[in-house]
Amino acid sequence: MASSAGLGRIGTALATVIQLLKTTALNGHDPFGLRECLRAVNSKRPVNLDLSTIHFPLPALTSIAHRITGVILFVGLIFGFWALDASLSSPEGFESVRDALAHNVLVKLIAWGLLSALGFHFVAGIKHLLMDTGYGVDLEGGNRKAQITVVISAVLVVLAGVWVW
Amino acid sequence: MVTNITNLGRSGLSDWLIQRVSAVVLALYALFVVVYLLFHPNLDYATWSGLFAQTWMRIFSLLAFISMAAHAWVGLWTVSTDYLKHTGVRFGFQAIVILAIFVFLVWGVQVLWGA
Repeated sequence: MASSAGLGRIGTALATVIQLLKTTALNGHDPFGLRECLRAVNSKRPVNLDLSTIHFPLPALTSIAHRITGVILFVGLIFGFWALDASLSSPEGFESVRDALAHNVLVKLIAWGLLSALGFHFVAGIKHLLMDTGYGVDLEGGNRKAQITVVISAVLVVLAGVWVW
Repeated sequence: MVTNITNLGRSGLSDWLIQRVSAVVLALYALFVVVYLLFHPNLDYATWSGLFAQTWMRIFSLLAFISMAAHAWVGLWTVSTDYLKHTGVRFGFQAIVILAIFVFLVWGVQVLWGA
């Protein structure tokens, strides 16, 4: 009991000394460079919370897009299997699929969307396979391959749109 | 070593290889179908069903469907383990995915060999 009370007193005394040093340092007398030290400790260290300046590097964006397009393609399998089933079931079924793809705007949009997702997923997948062979696995190569992926995919998206319409 | 009981190959390396092999099959199949459709702008039922009546096309298609099943499972398993932290939610999601894959597989076989 007694010793813990003694420790408590020492602690209080130390805190008083530190507070005194802080106050004098901030008031001009700063022989230990304490002010700079305090500024570093008390400064707003997690400064960059400005979300408009924080952004993913391009390879991270193409990576997440690869995942998103994968999920889209999985859901899109419903339309793919439906179209395959109907088109092979009978001449009438074939014509209904053909007609829907030729005239129905919603069907065209779905077809365009799925072809675009397929195009991107395909190109990003080739990039993955290239990287597995050890080609371009560095920061510069990663950025360049991500850029190439975006450009080729964009071309495929446009071509898919041209094809559907 | 972390052992998983829900991933396809029970090992990351095995999943990695399955994902690559199935990707190559799916890429070839997608390329074939797209190129075929591009070269047959006035496709009719007889030609289309004739293609799928061929044994090699049925084998190629079934191979693609099985690859799709493996590829989708490895991919969606990875995505679900990365983003769904709650065990119950993740398990529920994975159960729906495996059910959907099973339905797609049976549906695919039925389309290829007729009901």
